[in-house]
Amino acid sequence: MRNNLTVSSSPHIHSGVTSQSIMLDVIIALLPAAVYGVFIFGWRAAVLIAVCVASAVLSEFLWNKALKKPNSLGDLTAVVTGLLLALNLPSSLPVWMAALGSAIAIIVVKQMFGGLGHNFANPAITARIVLMVSFPAAMTKFFEPFSMTVSSATPLAGGAEYTLRELFFGMHAGTIGETSVVMLVIGGLYLVMRRVISPIIPVSFIGTVFVFSWVLGANPIQAIFSGGLLLGAIFMATDYVTSPTFNWGKLIFGIGCGIITVVIRQFASLPEGVSYSILVMNLLVPHINSLTMPKPFGWEADKK
Amino acid sequence: MEYKAEEVLKPVGKIFGALKLPHRKNTAEIETVKLPLPKVVTIPLKQNIGAECEPLVKAGDKVLVGTKIGDSDKPFSVPVHSSVSGTVKEIIEIFGVAGDTTRAVVIESDGEMAEEDFTPPVINTAEDLVKAARDSGLVGLGGAGFPTHIKLAPAANDSIDTLIVNGAECEPYITSDYRTCIEHFNDVIDGVYLLKEKLGLKKVVIAVEDNKPEAIKKLYEIATDKRDEDNTVRIMRLTSRYPQGAEKVLVYTTTKRKIPFGKLPADVGCLVMNITSIAVLNKYVRTGKPLVAKLLTVDGDAVRQPKNVLVPIGTPISDVLDFCSTEEAVSKILYGGPMMGVAVTSDSAVITKQNNAVLAFKGDNAVSTTPCIRCGKCAAACPMSLTPAAVETAVNLNLNQKLAKLNVNYCIECGSCSFTCPAGRPLTQTMRTAKGILRREKNAK
Repeated sequence: MRNNLTVSSSPHIHSGVTSQSIMLDVIIALLPAAVYGVFIFGWRAAVLIAVCVASAVLSEFLWNKALKKPNSLGDLTAVVTGLLLALNLPSSLPVWMAALGSAIAIIVVKQMFGGLGHNFANPAITARIVLMVSFPAAMTKFFEPFSMTVSSATPLAGGAEYTLRELFFGMHAGTIGETSVVMLVIGGLYLVMRRVISPIIPVSFIGTVFVFSWVLGANPIQAIFSGGLLLGAIFMATDYVTSPTFNWGKLIFGIGCGIITVVIRQFASLPEGVSYSILVMNLLVPHINSLTMPKPFGWEADKK
Repeated sequence: MEYKAEEVLKPVGKIFGALKLPHRKNTAEIETVKLPLPKVVTIPLKQNIGAECEPLVKAGDKVLVGTKIGDSDKPFSVPVHSSVSGTVKEIIEIFGVAGDTTRAVVIESDGEMAEEDFTPPVINTAEDLVKAARDSGLVGLGGAGFPTHIKLAPAANDSIDTLIVNGAECEPYITSDYRTCIEHFNDVIDGVYLLKEKLGLKKVVIAVEDNKPEAIKKLYEIATDKRDEDNTVRIMRLTSRYPQGAEKVLVYTTTKRKIPFGKLPADVGCLVMNITSIAVLNKYVRTGKPLVAKLLTVDGDAVRQPKNVLVPIGTPISDVLDFCSTEEAVSKILYGGPMMGVAVTSDSAVITKQNNAVLAFKGDNAVSTTPCIRCGKCAAACPMSLTPAAVETAVNLNLNQKLAKLNVNYCIECGSCSFTCPAGRPLTQTMRTAKGILRREKNAK
């Protein structure tokens, strides 16, 4: 007699892909850019990455402790947030500012709105914007590659023209993770191949920036390969929680991000608009979702 | 050999949707064996969607294999036959798999397996075939147990033009349709032409997933048979994606017709029949012997010798598991496949007509549940284009009005959403809950 059986609702098997394994894939995809950032910008970059991750993890741990919530570090989302934020910071940033940024991302942007799955804005993006607004000088002090000298220009600010080779291998000033096109694209392809992200948002975002910049007379190649566009389009705009669910929505989201980015770059007094564009589009996600929710299969015939 | 028709179909719906499941068809190449005769069988009087039969026997009656032991004059009923020869011990009340109760006839086997004197039915018209389908005790053997004669009835008045033979068998582990196709091929091929000729169907599509190349090769014989003079029988090789075998999905992939909500394949001119159902129907027409035994796949990680077994209906699951030397420490027993099968409460549950697999698993396979990360994988995997995550939110917040807007009643409960959810959320279960809420609200009105 075999009794004491588990009786549960079907299905009785699972894909094995968990939130944790997805976040691990995102971390793996970010590693080329992170390691390359350390290679270009030196030990300071490594310290900032470590500090951001540690601060994010600690913030999440303390929040859960203080509110007597179950420990959620295992899902690795805090690590991803910390890592993403670090890659969005200049390697010159004081360590305490980086730590503060991570704490803001986790506590203010994520946990205060209900924790994982409930934040309406991307934590790393929002924290970057908070730091940008609070410490504009420190946040725009970029080191030249392989040196600790402060750069006068990035590809977006300063007007210099860069060769494709320099752009591909990130041989210019910028934040830790944003400069190398090759490393970011490798990470993006990995995520698409692992089916972690759909290519719709990155392709429509980058494509829109390319076309719109071209129309406005800017160098379209430099427009898409510089600044935080690739990092933002591949890793931040595709954040599950804060991007649309359905394919048409993803397309609208990507195009919207692209348009806002170019408008800010070309017409506003800010050199870079990727973060702001993603934040603005984050806010529209609930509306995009309700607009693009697909009709069920067999619906047309049903309404006849 | 020149194939008359070969079509490779892309998975239904979206590129990012349709699931690739592990196949685990461990028993595909193992020949079916007969289960040693059970001492006692308990045959439920309701084994299909519809009405329960009235018992035609009482305690002490002698019965033979094929003796009709239950029938009803209600329209949605199918007669039940004895699967062994022996003596009726009692009529008891048991729990059906769906959790409802039904009466069941307990028969003690005399070990003889003496059969009734079967006479093959005479089939001249479509009506004869519909009647034969009912007399054979046949219900949809794909799992739902829809009475076959009801399915065939509209074909008798010419509203159906296409027969779709469902050999997709898209659930992991299960190979019973495949074995039927290999071992009872003549019944499959004759059954197809029987239906086509008697019902006057214009087109036949035989759909099989491409993980069964042997079956596909054999089935081409149907399409190249000399009976297909007008060249209307087609073999469709389906890409192995889940749920290719779901009725609405299959009708769309094979004919591009969409079944409206709440309607049946017959409403779009299609007759969908499981490949095993066709073989069983043909066997009845050939011999007059009703459906009394079922070919089952027995598998799962607790089963030491997975195989396909021919089991008399009414046999307790424990007999079947013991025959395949299943471990004692079993944590879950499934009636059917791992995606849509039902977990039984005890191994004393019995095999019924529409059962096509018994799976036994050990250990704790539960996935831990974490917060929804809004990845949208559930929506992408849904063959009906629903959004299970949004339904879950609405259920949790008691937004009952929203449930109807989210079209929860379209859900076919295929299990794709729960399977794919990285947060391990029981979405399919929630969809059922949501349907229940709507049903209760409707009844309250």
